[in-house]
Amino acid sequence: MADVLLAAEGLTRLFGGLAANRDVSLSLARGEVHALLGPNGAGKSTCINLLSGDLPVTSGRVLLRGKDVTALPNHKRSLAGIGRSYQRTNIFAKFTAFENCRLAAQSRDPRAWRILSDAHGTVALRDRGRAALEQAGLGARADIVAATLSHGEQRQLEIAMVLATGAAVLLLDEPLAGMGSEESARMIELLKQLRPAHAILLVEHDMDAVFEVADRVTVMVEGRVLESGPPAQIRASAAVREAYLGEPV
Amino acid sequence: MKFRASSVALFVAVAAVIVFPFTDSAFYTELLAKAMILAIFALSLDLLVGYTGLVSFGHAAYFGIGAYATVLLAPKYDPASLWVVLPGAVVAAGLAALIIGLFVLRTRGIYFIMVTLAFAQMVYYVFHDTAIGGGSDGIYLNFKPSAALGAFRPFDLEQARQQCWFVTAALLITWWFLARLLRSPFGRAIVGIRSNEQRMRALGFATVRYKLAAFTIAGAIAGLAGSLYAILFGFVTPELLSWHQSGNVLLMVILGGIGSFAGSVGGAFAFVAMQEVFSGWTRHWQLLMGGVIVAAVLFLPGGLAALPGRLKRAFGADRG
Amino acid sequence: MDLPTFLIQLLNAVQYGLLLFLVASGLTLIFGIMGVINLAHGAFYMVGAYMAFALTGLTGNLFYAILLGIPLAFAFGALLEWLLFAHLYKRDHLEQVLLTYGLILIFEEGRSLLFGDDVHGVDVPALFAASIRLTDTLSYPVYRLVISAVCVALAAGLFVLIRRTRLGMVIRAGSHDRDMVQALGIDIDRTYRIVFALGVALAAFAGMLAAPVSSVFPGMGNQVLIVSFVVVVIGGIGSIWGALIASLVIGLADTFGKVLVPEYAGLAVYLVMAMVLLWRPEGIFRRG
Repeated sequence: MADVLLAAEGLTRLFGGLAANRDVSLSLARGEVHALLGPNGAGKSTCINLLSGDLPVTSGRVLLRGKDVTALPNHKRSLAGIGRSYQRTNIFAKFTAFENCRLAAQSRDPRAWRILSDAHGTVALRDRGRAALEQAGLGARADIVAATLSHGEQRQLEIAMVLATGAAVLLLDEPLAGMGSEESARMIELLKQLRPAHAILLVEHDMDAVFEVADRVTVMVEGRVLESGPPAQIRASAAVREAYLGEPV
Repeated sequence: MKFRASSVALFVAVAAVIVFPFTDSAFYTELLAKAMILAIFALSLDLLVGYTGLVSFGHAAYFGIGAYATVLLAPKYDPASLWVVLPGAVVAAGLAALIIGLFVLRTRGIYFIMVTLAFAQMVYYVFHDTAIGGGSDGIYLNFKPSAALGAFRPFDLEQARQQCWFVTAALLITWWFLARLLRSPFGRAIVGIRSNEQRMRALGFATVRYKLAAFTIAGAIAGLAGSLYAILFGFVTPELLSWHQSGNVLLMVILGGIGSFAGSVGGAFAFVAMQEVFSGWTRHWQLLMGGVIVAAVLFLPGGLAALPGRLKRAFGADRG
Repeated sequence: MDLPTFLIQLLNAVQYGLLLFLVASGLTLIFGIMGVINLAHGAFYMVGAYMAFALTGLTGNLFYAILLGIPLAFAFGALLEWLLFAHLYKRDHLEQVLLTYGLILIFEEGRSLLFGDDVHGVDVPALFAASIRLTDTLSYPVYRLVISAVCVALAAGLFVLIRRTRLGMVIRAGSHDRDMVQALGIDIDRTYRIVFALGVALAAFAGMLAAPVSSVFPGMGNQVLIVSFVVVVIGGIGSIWGALIASLVIGLADTFGKVLVPEYAGLAVYLVMAMVLLWRPEGIFRRG
């Protein structure tokens, strides 16, 4: 039995009369990369936002380790172990790469409210920030100001910040977007490394990457789940082919 | 190299401020003390505007509450204890900021600017329309508070010189405290919020609580400034919490360059100097002040703090 | 409170609310469409009132003063937009606040230079100088009724402008999505200038109408400005409907506050705002 960390049950989100997500159910298990596919506007980012709490659901439930977290706002879900990255790079541009991660680690520190001690004095947080940077492959770039990192490095930093929070569930919104082939390969390597200890939801357009790393694939079209299953099943599915893969990829 | 130059500048400035009262000019000693008090006020606002990203247009409310609390806490016919009225004013202003913050922090952007102004106006009316603080006429602080601790009198505020030094100490402590605060975990968090609040929430920070704490601390420090102001001048009127006062302190912060404590202090000094010079020229000095403000926005983005960099670039003095 | 007194206060409240609407509608349009926070908007109300004072002195009648004053105010607004505000659209709120704060100082001191700091009265036009007797002891001035009627007509005109005309279409589209309007090839600069000048003219017109009732005095613009902010906060930025409803609510709160709890009269308006903030922090009529 898979160790399911995060489960969505019948998530629906209406914008006005329009359903951005309708009755979406999926589950994320530790040790699995669950890829979410679909054409633009299929509702993938909305789905991540519903899972992370950035958007409130219209109906449906989000369960973390079997506990209902639907009512929790995003920062509380984050504290509960749901980490996310953003489709458009969303970092602290003026901070160094290290400070981005140290701050992320600080969110878990019960002493984060102290106002007169030195933020860099807490060794545990420094170590945690550095470890996250190393893991994401940015160890050598720690002292570079985030805004001046290359695009690919900024994408890595996105992930490093989530790792620094120690999240068990990773919701990754197009981590490979805009990356060169070499950078992509490194990122896929990283995802494989992270897989054993995490439950990963991967929204991605790069088909090769998805089928290389995914253990399970869910295809969304117009806000609904079209099909969900192992990669081989999705590859063979006529419905998927028609709705999505049939178009030039 | 830059670090050493700025340290030397700071040292010289502090030395000048400490030595100045020996000139025995009562008028300028008081003016200097006033400028330093306004500098404390400006520092507190810069914590919000420059470091937390909250543009408050009602900061005078907490300055005024601090000033009124100082007078109202003092007995009528005896000198109050400085160690009662000063903390009392800080707590009163901080408490007011905490309560008002609960409301205003539900909004952001333009709404936040308008709502802080509106709440400050509400506080203004409380003191203007009701009898608690003598109504629109204001109220006198009959005696300077005493600094005595039992038999020990560390200093005497009746002495203009010692009073000026006391204000100097308050300014330096405030500056040190805020600089220290920014390096703390809390300080890193609020700077993160200014930079990218959405991401801070996604990382698990309860950003509204951090903003409320910053709002409260800024209010409390503004209360300290207000208290010192009441002690220096010996009377308070509702004008201390009028929206002109809020506008002026915002002007000091922006004039100096937001997000720079040295800039805020410089902005406060520049404001007092301008006020002094302009009002010496004409009764309608506000006209000149308005002109300076409009010109500053149009031609000097970034404030005084950005000026050295701009000059350096303009004259190509790029020697690293 | 007996019925006639209540009626009189109700009429006063509506009249004050409607005047407030004229100021707040311009403010909310300028916020909503150009994204500019304009602290100097209250100064335009003051400029209008002093124009009514000066022009009534020149022409002998408030009618002519208003006929002359409206185009003047419109031109003044267009000039200011071209000279100053057009440079503010891309700046952040902080700089907008600062520049318009500087403008207030200039307007206030300019007023002091030109007219001094005394309170001046403006005569009600002879045609409307009468009062309607309600009971033996209570009567209501016709001029106040005229103010309300004119404001209602103007409000209706504003709604027609926004709902039915091409300019109104651009205004509605612009407050939703500025880029889209530009993409449609509409001359956004001209639209901005017209909207701004319209806002100035509305505020100035409110000042002219109010001058005989409130008289003209230093600081009158600032009072109106802050209450107009409250109206915009309650109504929701960019919403004309919201501004209308909120203006009336504030008119009622202020007027009856003064009658019922005179000592805390100044607070009523802000308490209403505080309650709305708890309930709907983005205003009652905020879309989406």
